[in-house]
Order: sequence, then structure tokens, then C-alpha cells
Amino acid sequence: MRVDQPRYKTSDEVDFVIVGSGAAGGILAKELSTNGFRVVVLEQGPYLTEADFNHNEIEILTQDKLTNHPKLQPNTFRKTPDEKAKPQRALVYGRCVGGTSVHFTANFWRFHEIDFIERSKVGPVAGTGLMDWPITYADLEPYYTKVEWEIGVSGLAGASPFDPPRSKPYPMPPLPVKSSGVIFERAARKLGWHPFPAPMAILSQARAGRSACINCGFCLSFGCEVGAKSSSLATAIRMAEKTGRCEIRPNSYVHRIETDANGRAAGAVYFDEKRNTHLQKAKAVVVCANGAETPRLLLLSANKQFPNGLANSSGIVGKYLMLNSGGVVTGQFEHPLNDYKGFAVSRVLHDFYELDPQKVGFYGGGGLDARFDFTPINFAFGGLPPGTPRWGKDFKAALAYDFNRTMEIFCHGTSLPVENNSFSLDPDLKDAWGLPALRLTYKDHPDDLKLGNWMFARAHELFEAAGAQKKWSFPAGEQQFAVHLLGSCRMGNDPKTSVINADHRTHDVKNLFLCDGSSLVTSGRGQPTMTIEALAFRAADRITALAKRGEISA
Amino acid sequence: MNELNRRNFLLRAGTGFSAACFAANWPALLSAATHAHSAAKAATPPKFEFFTPDEAAEIEAITARIIPTDGSPGAREAGVVYFIDRGLTTFGADDQKTYRGGLPELQARVSEVFPDATKFSALTPDQQDEVLHTFDEPAKPSQTAANSGQRAIRPRPGAQNFFETLRQHTIAGFLIDPDYGGNHDGAGWKVIGREREHMFQAPFGYYDKDYPGWQPIAKEAEKK
Repeated sequence: MRVDQPRYKTSDEVDFVIVGSGAAGGILAKELSTNGFRVVVLEQGPYLTEADFNHNEIEILTQDKLTNHPKLQPNTFRKTPDEKAKPQRALVYGRCVGGTSVHFTANFWRFHEIDFIERSKVGPVAGTGLMDWPITYADLEPYYTKVEWEIGVSGLAGASPFDPPRSKPYPMPPLPVKSSGVIFERAARKLGWHPFPAPMAILSQARAGRSACINCGFCLSFGCEVGAKSSSLATAIRMAEKTGRCEIRPNSYVHRIETDANGRAAGAVYFDEKRNTHLQKAKAVVVCANGAETPRLLLLSANKQFPNGLANSSGIVGKYLMLNSGGVVTGQFEHPLNDYKGFAVSRVLHDFYELDPQKVGFYGGGGLDARFDFTPINFAFGGLPPGTPRWGKDFKAALAYDFNRTMEIFCHGTSLPVENNSFSLDPDLKDAWGLPALRLTYKDHPDDLKLGNWMFARAHELFEAAGAQKKWSFPAGEQQFAVHLLGSCRMGNDPKTSVINADHRTHDVKNLFLCDGSSLVTSGRGQPTMTIEALAFRAADRITALAKRGEISA
Repeated sequence: MNELNRRNFLLRAGTGFSAACFAANWPALLSAATHAHSAAKAATPPKFEFFTPDEAAEIEAITARIIPTDGSPGAREAGVVYFIDRGLTTFGADDQKTYRGGLPELQARVSEVFPDATKFSALTPDQQDEVLHTFDEPAKPSQTAANSGQRAIRPRPGAQNFFETLRQHTIAGFLIDPDYGGNHDGAGWKVIGREREHMFQAPFGYYDKDYPGWQPIAKEAEKK
């Protein structure tokens, strides 16, 4: 529930203006306001609450009630920089208070040690900018624990032999197992693999004034009506509001970071709901607008002093984008699973997290999960076996038989950082506010596609061992649609090959910080939000320390 | 689970649920259920807002071939034509042109295949199918995991042709949560076996009902 917030004047120079209220922005708002700072969060979307969430597939899936709207915010796509990009919807992200964390699946794996030091371990990969992180798993471990306890993650410590070390168990037990999870667990064990209860940012027990999951079945893509999904909206944003020092200002579309004569950030310029322009002044700016909108905002902020865009002396703002490789293999079973009940995922396995390139012939690794994430309508559009008639008696019979007998294995994997893969400003297409539209340039690295197909083969083995009546998948193909938006303003020690340092401070502008999926150096194995949130907790500590030492103000 | 049990379950599930949160959410859940209940009881169907009665008869006849009535309810019983009619003045207003152009196109195809026929709805079911098969699209180019619709879980906007648009709308109207203007009386969910409750408890299905609880893998088994 919304509590009274302070109302800062735009002319009032607050300590921090945060752009975006999602996974990272929510946590930074909570931490910085708790640490005594005066904070304004500018969110481009509306402030919806649990009372606004429902099970209307039309509103959610075709009208984009919670997400970026393709008419107001059109995109273009091309595979390589020598092509002219064509208008097509290229990405989806949460556009409301809480951001994408409102509608996500809530898979909350930690990254493993390897994700931070992969370049050192496997060496360079041709055609990529693969590099190590400036921090290690050990640096981030306390913050993963913080996410689990403060935001709320259900899981079972020690259940996976591949898990990295942890300082504390999960704060609550795993969610109940689904039929898909039992099928997955039994078959995986037959094969000698190590399935474990999925760590999920969904409450298995009532906690901190929030309800436990009621297994309503409208989870992925939908907002949680009872606050059981640990979105920023249900957690960090409310904690930030309770400090009395944080204002959440929705319907505020930031389109420029203002800089002063000394090249420092002076505040954020935004359109309000009526498209009037305002400048919110601040001592420092923290951009958490996601891996697409953060680089776009830096590029939109180009001026005489920063002709290539803000914080872009390296020229790599928007580049080395990673979307995560993978896809699903679908299986059909003899008896009803009724997997439409409940959250999406109840079992995961990490046996293939770290593959040996010498053995498999490509770089990468990943995880498998057992899931059913279809709502009834999108099952009819995308869940039936290939070759099923598209209408008529046999179509109806297939729907009736398959809906309760179907499960999926989602194969999650790495994407390599390729310089050409990027978000940039389209030179022609404009959004509804007259600003350059986002242009996605993306061509999967060949190893990413090889990994996808290799993982699909493992999922087929699992379905075989499980005695599936039918199983099917499609070959890994080049992606043209982005959901995970990673690496586009990456972290590093070298200002030539990275945009921010290990404190999330941009190399070029001392009082400008970036924290979201764009900060990631490698893609992990397909579940980035847990790491984005851990980074946000850590960034808040680093930024607080800098501010207290007087190293942010001029 | 009946109304009272559901309320108890919610209370139990939300022992830590704040009073304010509860007040804000419970009415929404309750009113949705009440709405569905009264809609199911409505004796007279609503009036058409976009279609003329003749057009509605043609559209309904097509929806009844897309999801026919056989041993179980079809698009007709689910009131899909009303959902589409309402949709074309609200969420689907962009598709009005497709229907305006599509109805004469349908008439033309009826006349072409059955020169003596006056309208689609007057044909036999087999004849109707014959006409609709003229809309069949050639096989799609290579499908991949990246474009199979698993990530982009939304109806594809590229439903340019009339029949494909109508097919998508029919499916949506048959399977949407009954609280949102289609799937009358939960007919579509009965067909696919989806229960109407707003909340569920484990065990959920056949394979998890006898699950003994999480067991770590035995060390000996591991060594083999």
C-alpha cells in the first residue's frame, strides 16, 4: 500500500535522483533512503498496486498493461550494423512501478564463481569481448544473502552440489513441488543428474506483511494480486517509502541527464504525464532504467561536451549486449499434471552449468528447469505439438487433451559478449514523444546456438527417461526479440573496455552511477535478476561510502 | 473449493497479511467471482455494438467451425461472438478494418465455392469447412526455438488475414478468464479441464500426489 511520501520540488537539489524503479532501482531507493539520503525515483510507467492486478490475458498480453507499448515506443531490428534496421517489436520490459520484477517468472539462482572469472578460465573466445568481472563471487555473496532475506526467496540450501558457497540458508522453505517438478526430478536422477528445488523469489510462507503464494496460476507476465511475488513493488519500494525520505514519482519519462559546465551530472530531465518537461536537480544521478533504456538515455544525453553520449568515451555504451541463449523442449504425459496451478518452476538442475569447451567444442553452460508457464490462451497459440490442426474438431480435441498433460523444460544458457550486438538510437524512427526509438542489432554468436542445441538434446534425454508420450523442440535460431537485457554498459577496471567501475560509477562522470542488467560483464546462465539485485545492494553500499567520504559532491 | 473455503484459505495463507492489503485485495477477488456468477445467470444476451445481427450470425457460424460444438461446448456456447463484438469496440479496435473487409471477402468465397449459396451460415458444416480451407496459409518458413513463440508469449500481431484474425479472437474469447467478457459460464475452461478457482493447494496433479518430500541423493548411490 502506498504510504505518505515526501514531495520534493524539482528545484530542490536532492541527494540522489534514481531513474527507474525496477529490480535495481527499487533496491537502491530503499538502501539510499534508509542510509539517510533524500531520494527521488523517476519511473516512466504508472504506479499500479495489487488491487490493479488481474488475470486478464488480453490486457496483459496484447495491450501491454504492465509493459512497454509498441505503439508509443516502437523499435527497429537488424542483424548486423551494415543492414538498415526495420521497424519491429524488439524487446519487452516492465513499465510500471517495480519494473520487470512485477511480471517476471521469479527464478532466483545465484551466479556461480565461474561467471565472474570465465575469461581467465577458458581464455579468449574469437569474435567476442569476453572478460572477467572486476569483482568476484565472494564480493557479491553477502549481497545475495541480503536479497534472499530482505526481498524474500524460497529455496533449499545445500540441495544442489553445484551451488557456490553461501553464508546463510534460505529464509524459507521451497514452494511445493508441481507434477512437472516430480517428473523432472525422477527422470534426472535416473540419468545420474542432480535436480533440486527451484530457488524462487516467491513467498512459500507469509512474511513481512505479505501473503504466501496462493498458486493462482497467473504468474509469468502478470502482477501478483497478493504480493507473494517478491517484486520491487511488493518489497523494496515500500520499504523506501517508509523511510519518509523517498519520493516515487510515476509517469515520469526521463530523456536526458543534464550536465553542468564542469561535466558533472546536474539532474534528470523528464516528461510528466502531460508531456511537460521538468528538470529534477540532484547531487548525483543513478540510472537503473534497464539494459536497453539505460544506454539509450546516455546516448540521448549527448551534448557539446559529450558528443558521443554521456559516459561514452569508450564508445561502447549500448554494446556487448547479451540476451541469454536457450529455449524450450516440450513434453506430453499420460496423466494430468494440472501444471496450470501454481507458479512456473519447481525444479532446476545445474549439472551443465560449466561445460568444458575442449570436450563439447563450444564455449558456454547452462541450467535446465521444469516448468509450465502458459496461460490458457497462449497455450492454444504456442503449446500444442507441431502439426496440430489450427482450427476445427481436431484442434479442439488436442487443446482438451494436452492442456493438463503438457510440461516444458526450459534450457537456459550463456550468451557471449559481441561488440556489434547492441542497443542504439534509430536514425529515423521516433517514439510518441518525438525521441529516437531503440534499435536492436543482434546476431547470436555461433557458440550460443551450439549450446542451445546441446542443451535441447539433454532435455530430450530427460523426457525420454521420464517416459513422455511425445516430446518436441525446434532448433536454436537467431534471436530477434530481447527479454534479458544484459551487458550494454558493462563494469570493468579499464575505461577503454567498460562504462562503469566496480563502484558502478561511470568512468567519465564522477556523480553518475549505473546499475541494472547493463552492468553485467557476462550473461550468467539465464537468470539475471538475482544478480542484478545483489549488485544493487552492493552498489548502494559503495555509493553510500563515497558520499560519506565527500567524494560525490563537487 | 467453495466461496467460504476460499475465504478461509486466503486468511490462512495470509496470516501475516496486513489489514490494509487485505481490504484492498479481497473486494477485487470477491467482485470478480460475483461478476462471473451473475454473467452466467444473465437470461438475455447483450446487444451487438459493432456487428449487425446478420454479420453476427456469419461470424458466429465461423467461430463454431473453429471450435465446434461436439460432445462438449464450443465457441457458440462460450458466447465468443459477443466477446469479439465487444472487443472490436475496445481492445481490438485496430482490427475493425480487417472485419469490414473480411465479411465481403467471405461472401465472395462462398459464392465462388458454392455459386447457389446466399450466405455462409446457411451452408452445411462440411461446406463451411470447405470455404474456410480456402483461407489456409502455406506452411510457415523454418521454425526455431527463438521464434516459436515461447519467449514472445503473445498472439502474433501479423494476423493480417481475416480468417487468422478471427481464429485468434475466437481462441481468446473461448479461453479467457470468464471474468473478462468471454468464455461464458467457463465453457472453454471446462473443455480444457481448467478449474475456475482463484487459488489452489498442492498436490496439483497425478505425478505429485504421492511425492514423499525432498530426499537428498544417497552418498553411496552417488559413488557408483
